[in-house]
Amino acid sequence: MTKVKMTVNGKAVTREVSGETLLSEFLREDLRLTGTHIGCDTSQCGACVVHIDGKAVKSCTTLAAATDGAEVTTIEGLANGDLHPMQAAFKEHHGLQCGFCTPGMIMSGVDMVNRYKAEGREVTAEAVRHELEGNICRCTGYHNIVKAVQDAATKM
Amino acid sequence: MANGATGIGARVKRKEDKRFITGKGKYTDDVRMENQAYAAFVRSPHAHANVKSIDKSAALAMEGVVDVLDGHQLTGDGIGNIICGWAVASKDGSPMNMGAWSALATQKVRYVGDAVAVVIADTQALARIAAEAVEVEYEELPAVVKADKALTKSAPEIHDNAPGNLIYNWEIGDAAKADAGLAAAKHITEMEITNNRVSPNPMEPRSAVATYDEAEEHYTLYTTSQNPHVARLVLSAFYNVAPEHKLRVIAPDVGGGFGAKIYIYPEEITCLWASMKTNRSVKWTSDRSEAFITDAHGRDHISTAKMGFDENGKITGFKVDTIANLGAYMSLFSSSVPTYLYATLLSGQYDIQNLHANVRAVYTNTVPVDAYRGAGRPEACYLIERMMETAAREMGMKPAELRARNFVREFPHETPVIMTYDSGDFDANLAQAEEAADVAGFPARQAEAAKRGKLRGLGYSCYIEACGIAPSAAVGGLGAGVGLWESAEVRVNPVGTIEILTGSHSHGQGHETTFAQIVAERFDLPLDNVAIVHGDTDKVQFGMGTYGSRSGAVGMSAIVKAMDKVEAKVRKIAAHQLEASEDDIVIEGGEVKVAGTDKALGWHEIGLAAYTAHNLPPEMEPGLKESAFYDPSNFTFPAGCYICEVEVDPDTGTTEVVQFTASDDFGTIINPMIVEGQVHGGLAQGIGQAMMEQVIYDDDGQLITGSYMDYTMPRAADLPFYSVHHASTVCPGNPLGMKGCGEAGAIGSPPAVINAITDAIGNNNLSMPATPQNVWNALQAVTASQAAE
Amino acid sequence: MYPTKYTKAASIDDAVKALGADEEAKILSGGQTLIATMKQHLAAPTGLVDVRSIAGMVGTSLDGDTLVIGAATTHAEVAGSAEVQKHTPALACLASGIGDPAVRHAGTIGGSVANNDPAADYPAALLALGATVVTNQREIGADDFFDGLFGTALEEGEIITAVKFPKAQAAAYVKFRQPASLFALVGVFVAKGSDGIRVTVTGAGDEGVFRSEALEAALTGDWSEAAAKGADVSAEGLMSDIHGTAAYRANLIKVMAARAVAAA
Repeated sequence: MTKVKMTVNGKAVTREVSGETLLSEFLREDLRLTGTHIGCDTSQCGACVVHIDGKAVKSCTTLAAATDGAEVTTIEGLANGDLHPMQAAFKEHHGLQCGFCTPGMIMSGVDMVNRYKAEGREVTAEAVRHELEGNICRCTGYHNIVKAVQDAATKM
Repeated sequence: MANGATGIGARVKRKEDKRFITGKGKYTDDVRMENQAYAAFVRSPHAHANVKSIDKSAALAMEGVVDVLDGHQLTGDGIGNIICGWAVASKDGSPMNMGAWSALATQKVRYVGDAVAVVIADTQALARIAAEAVEVEYEELPAVVKADKALTKSAPEIHDNAPGNLIYNWEIGDAAKADAGLAAAKHITEMEITNNRVSPNPMEPRSAVATYDEAEEHYTLYTTSQNPHVARLVLSAFYNVAPEHKLRVIAPDVGGGFGAKIYIYPEEITCLWASMKTNRSVKWTSDRSEAFITDAHGRDHISTAKMGFDENGKITGFKVDTIANLGAYMSLFSSSVPTYLYATLLSGQYDIQNLHANVRAVYTNTVPVDAYRGAGRPEACYLIERMMETAAREMGMKPAELRARNFVREFPHETPVIMTYDSGDFDANLAQAEEAADVAGFPARQAEAAKRGKLRGLGYSCYIEACGIAPSAAVGGLGAGVGLWESAEVRVNPVGTIEILTGSHSHGQGHETTFAQIVAERFDLPLDNVAIVHGDTDKVQFGMGTYGSRSGAVGMSAIVKAMDKVEAKVRKIAAHQLEASEDDIVIEGGEVKVAGTDKALGWHEIGLAAYTAHNLPPEMEPGLKESAFYDPSNFTFPAGCYICEVEVDPDTGTTEVVQFTASDDFGTIINPMIVEGQVHGGLAQGIGQAMMEQVIYDDDGQLITGSYMDYTMPRAADLPFYSVHHASTVCPGNPLGMKGCGEAGAIGSPPAVINAITDAIGNNNLSMPATPQNVWNALQAVTASQAAE
Repeated sequence: MYPTKYTKAASIDDAVKALGADEEAKILSGGQTLIATMKQHLAAPTGLVDVRSIAGMVGTSLDGDTLVIGAATTHAEVAGSAEVQKHTPALACLASGIGDPAVRHAGTIGGSVANNDPAADYPAALLALGATVVTNQREIGADDFFDGLFGTALEEGEIITAVKFPKAQAAAYVKFRQPASLFALVGVFVAKGSDGIRVTVTGAGDEGVFRSEALEAALTGDWSEAAAKGADVSAEGLMSDIHGTAAYRANLIKVMAARAVAAA
């Protein structure tokens, strides 16, 4: 077992974890933050995407022990009180149906917009589609997800 | 009772969204019970083998392993075999050959993934490790994976009671008339058409959490189901897990279904039984690799078809011969998919007098095949629409013109394959789609693409499907084991708020919003005053669930029926209290009024009056709660026209869908935003089937496409923005005039895509999926034949 | 996953010691392949030695005409590095196309190079650019480093610390992605360097990354798209699978090479 200390959604967390514990397991089972989802076992669907130190990563392919000292943000901690503009945009544009891929989509969307803004790049539809290649949705056909991310980019 | 902001036709934002966008959805795998253990299945690595022995000792010796259970124990406890609930007889009258399917195989395994034992352990990781420690000795048998090969003499037999692997040999229509029609034809188009096997892939993998209460002899099952009541019925009546009043099935938030979550699988049955055996709550959650070898697959047809035309392009006869691969066992509705959900739609949008289809369903050593979004109708649509496009090319006609010459224009229209189309305006959909797609401008776009070295093509698909299945007596006559009505209960609370209990189940369709919209409109109340309750057999008395695009046409109709009863009672109470005639009562603006007077009661006052019962009409029972069962009078017939435009890169075979235009006739639309979302999702799955997705087995029955490393899921960058339009006719068969929208996109789009690609590359010999490699190969064939000339 | 012991190494010595203590231990760098493999029970190392916190393992720098990339530098960091973009833009471009954004935030150059997946992108770059793999023990030229499928010249306890790239006159990488995994079905790296033209291919070879003699011959003397497209690329020795036959891959090699020449 390894002792890990990290900040999750702004709160300090200290736990003992075994070496093989995935960050996704740690979040879902130890912290009961079940908004982070597991949709595949080959790191492709992106339902598990969270932010570590502000960057999108796949929590299903990250060891909890390796996250020691990091700042982790999950879908539950994305907003300060009200909805984050990305969350609001997904609702406004009907960017979700069953909701299962949605947390990962939103976390990836926020990461993308943050990067593009920092680099001064335009969040075009083509760019959104390209940046979401690590997130799979089976319900929406992506049409409204792309619109939602683009709209959120104007409000972030 | 206009309620423009939230009523019928309004683009209301979804009530259910907040929990999903904030990570507060409650899916089955999020459920954690006290004293929970985890199940992991021991699965066959062989496609076909006899099970010689199972040695559990090493697994049982591991610390934290609760038990290892096998099929002998399961059947010994009286757990029944898994059944197919729709009896389809062969044309000679003999019943279908349904082979035995035990949740845990005892003597023989029939596909890679067939479970032979289950490990129950304290953690999921340990259960999976221990499952690998269970030693199973197999005697391998030859396997067969392709439907046509399964019918050959040399193929191994998979079930003793299915000689030659034949499940049934079924027909519909009139063979003699079809032959005569073909004989009279001026032109005959003949094709071999394969409909590729796909995997549904809802993003939430299946999961089950079963708990046994020893004192009450009662079971609770949380599960990823599209129809929890049907699950309970089948688990009780056929699998003998527990009687219905001792079994509660809860389908909480469910992350997509697309058919795959209709069925009651071995894992759910086993978890329930194992919870009793071990006296622990037992959780099983599939991972994606396991989903590929356990979730029912879809499609997988091989067909030959002949269509004859007269000199005017009118269809004179149509004959189809199909072999359907049902996999290793008959899943719950598997038999109905290639028969009553497929061949009955082979008339398409066309007036075809002479039609015959023969369907042979076969066993193979593959995952069971059942309904996947569209279920039979995509296979029918693909076949007809590939035939029509091909025939038009062969006869030198415009594809749209050939279709229009054969459109059905008078309703009701009885087809030779037992459907009665009730409404539609196929010309309107075609015209709308052609205008929106700017078909007139296509030649210019094609020329411009050619300058860039790209091949541009255009393809049509005019689809019709049957939804809202369907009159119970009718489907019963066709062999269905269940009635296909729906139930609803409308509960008006003493404070006037309303709960709707429905047997439909929402797993992405937005019922919590659309169902509330029809109630808010009917009683002119704020949308927030209406809540939808579903997915729990302890709360909702019964229901048939959500599939086949039936929740609008059937589920909402049941709500309307129950609301009719509520309204009647409200009128009686109001008339009594306001001393007026029931006929003069109007319900609007949150009030129940006497027309033309200032006499009114608040809606909430009616609720309170009903429950205080201080002043009700004589003989009236207190309370304000009504239920209804709605049994439709016919299928509904959504239809439309899809036009796909593609650009092919001849160097690599990469195809880009540059424009996809849909014109649909869904009848009445409650929430256009949600309906468009359903079309988008259906189109993505249809385009996925057409261009990317395919389940591939090798000849030994090993699954090659067993993860997202090899099974291509459509991603955002693979798809365009869709151009979605509606040209609707009202469905005469149900009170709201709805037809259904859930499957249309997946049904109508594949032929449009393939018609477009084959148009672009000038080679009609192209099968789904049109992967870059397949398109490139088809292009090489064109080059080779040009070189030969 | 099978149980494993996690060790965060603070120094190379630390890491060497941890690896020495457990023969079944593996180095964890980005984990984007290793963890996925462990989840599927295809690998079960009893220990994982995380080398990402070791000083000097992360970052990019220029040493004269040589670009030095720390082994634990992520793909995203390489893609965004001003030094890389200045020195060899093709390398930044390659890194920006590995996996997806989340994978690029975690996966590292050292991990990719040490794994030598036959469909990975970096091996093509190292081989084409004549890079040098720096380990805690020695420096290994790319020509001697990659050894068949998943094979490398690395010895037990040897840890990649950096990769050094000489400057090329022109370079570009273009890949055709396997549609499901998004790995390279065929990736072609073209480079004009001090020792001539090198063209390397990943994703396609039966034995992993390789130099295409046919393309090098065709492009030497005629650095043009037409020369690449007209090269005599044989299907022999190329992989065949459901996503691409050897013949299809052979075609893609020429097409990707032509596009790379155009981009270089």
